[in-house]
Amino acid sequence: MSGLTGTGVGADREDFREILRLVRPGSRVLEIGCGEGVLLDLLAREKAVDGRGMEISPEGVSACLARGLAVVQGDADRDLADYPARAFDYAILSQTLQQVRDPRAVLSELLRIAERAIVSLPNFGHWRVRWSLLTRGRMPMTEELPEPWWSTPNIHLCTLGDFTDLCADLDLRIEACAALDHDKPARPIDPSRAIENWRAEQALFLISQPHAPRISAPPAAPVADTDDLFGR
Amino acid sequence: MSRDTGAEKRVGTEGGLIRFGPDKPLRLESRAVLNGLEIAYRTYGALNADRSNAVLVCHALTLDQHVAGENPTTGKPGWWSKVIGPGLALDPAKHFIICSNVVGGCMGTTGPSSIDPETGRVYGLTFPVITIADMVRAQAMLIDALGIETLFAVVGGSMGGMQVLQWAADYPERLFSAICIASAPRHSAQNIAFHEVGRQAVMADPDWRGGAYAEQGARPEKGLAVARMAAHITYLSEAALQRKFGRELQRDGLSWSFDADFQVESYLRYQGASFVDRFDANSYLYITRAMDYFDLAQAHGGVLANAFAKARNVRFCVLSFTSDWLYPTTESRAIVKALNAATARVSFVEIESDKGHDAFLLDEPVMHGALQGFVDSAAQARGLT
Repeated sequence: MSGLTGTGVGADREDFREILRLVRPGSRVLEIGCGEGVLLDLLAREKAVDGRGMEISPEGVSACLARGLAVVQGDADRDLADYPARAFDYAILSQTLQQVRDPRAVLSELLRIAERAIVSLPNFGHWRVRWSLLTRGRMPMTEELPEPWWSTPNIHLCTLGDFTDLCADLDLRIEACAALDHDKPARPIDPSRAIENWRAEQALFLISQPHAPRISAPPAAPVADTDDLFGR
Repeated sequence: MSRDTGAEKRVGTEGGLIRFGPDKPLRLESRAVLNGLEIAYRTYGALNADRSNAVLVCHALTLDQHVAGENPTTGKPGWWSKVIGPGLALDPAKHFIICSNVVGGCMGTTGPSSIDPETGRVYGLTFPVITIADMVRAQAMLIDALGIETLFAVVGGSMGGMQVLQWAADYPERLFSAICIASAPRHSAQNIAFHEVGRQAVMADPDWRGGAYAEQGARPEKGLAVARMAAHITYLSEAALQRKFGRELQRDGLSWSFDADFQVESYLRYQGASFVDRFDANSYLYITRAMDYFDLAQAHGGVLANAFAKARNVRFCVLSFTSDWLYPTTESRAIVKALNAATARVSFVEIESDKGHDAFLLDEPVMHGALQGFVDSAAQARGLT
């Protein structure tokens, strides 16, 4: 289950709106865990991106095909290795990193495949989560984390602080970060501030790898428009 | 058709037989040359004004050009009637659908059972060994003759999928989209092994007569039937066989002999017997050989992605089935990986089915849905709707 799992449509919209704001028009985008392709479709229509997707469920892939999207059935933990280095401008992983077996490897893969990664995740350091654990002594269940521990797909939950630590450890640069709170517009934040680790329900990061070797084998030319191909 | 194709067309627009003149020889990968090539084909629907709606369907090993409608020889529906028809993924009301019998076949296209124009005798084993690339080159000649520059789609399952990949490698500029189902970029050792069993069965039949059975008025029916029986098992899954037959008996009690006690035995015998009525033994040898020789990566410096280097603008759809052990999902994934490495536009779905390799010919709603979605959106991008 690595599709867009958020049940709160409003929250998803804010998520999407912020991603739409970050992505450069006409860029090459790979979305991992693209579900039924709602975001890819938006990106294609509003930002004219050359979008590709990866989705684990065959139903999701079929829905994407019907939307005219190029989506491959695959598993982030296993199949990212199939993509060449720097094939994309952006790799988007929305609400999925906490669901993969090896988040550290997946994050590294994202920044091998793409120049920038856009990653969003629920913040396990949010005060409501902390309060719930402190007072009840049970794994917290919130709007972002609605499932009990024994059935949740979220096997690698982390806090905002944990994630910024991992980025530092992997020598990644956080170019932008926004807090996504339920039903509220995205709020730009400094993720290293402790207060945000209490306040943000979800966070969305734009990450790059400053010391990455310069594009060694880029896809020769930007993908030509199919219109060009047929001279129309 | 304004251009000079050097081809003589004997039948009308619904297909028929096309014969290429001496100025249009088919040059084969083996460096042999086929003169006077004839291609039997069928078409469905009409080519639109800007010739942008043509779809080429490539058939599998023992199938034919009668992909939809009624097969004139058997009176049965075409082999892909669930995919091609009104309101289906490929619709003659929207697409101009072409299917031709492969070179080396026995359904009207030049093959080992044809007459060699140079000797006036049946080719038999003097027919040159052909490859998947040769089949595709012949199809390209047909497409030329029909006055079609680019195909909206090339589609095929199994050996048809190999032809689709070969099209993408050899004529990427002539394709808008490509659909490869239950196929592989090369034949595995296991694939070759099963084919070798089939060929040995044919050649072990005394009526094969060193391949010259046609001239000697014989038919290696037993050998070909055994080849078909062995192959047929590879088209099904263990689960499908078990569900269909289990250990059910033909009649009450065992015969204590080697008659067909079990229903599965009877079924296979029937499959073998009915196959020999419609298929030529030498064609079986030649086409299985073509499949065994298929290795798209090897032909491109050992790197499959190189085969698709010029196909970056083609929209690909790759489909596989969970229970297909003849061309398992790993093979389709290898295709997808290579297409990704070539930064081509590829979609891929592994369809849950327990029907084995033959699933692509059967009623598989998820496959039909995926095909419909892919074809419709490609049609929109191509401006067909």
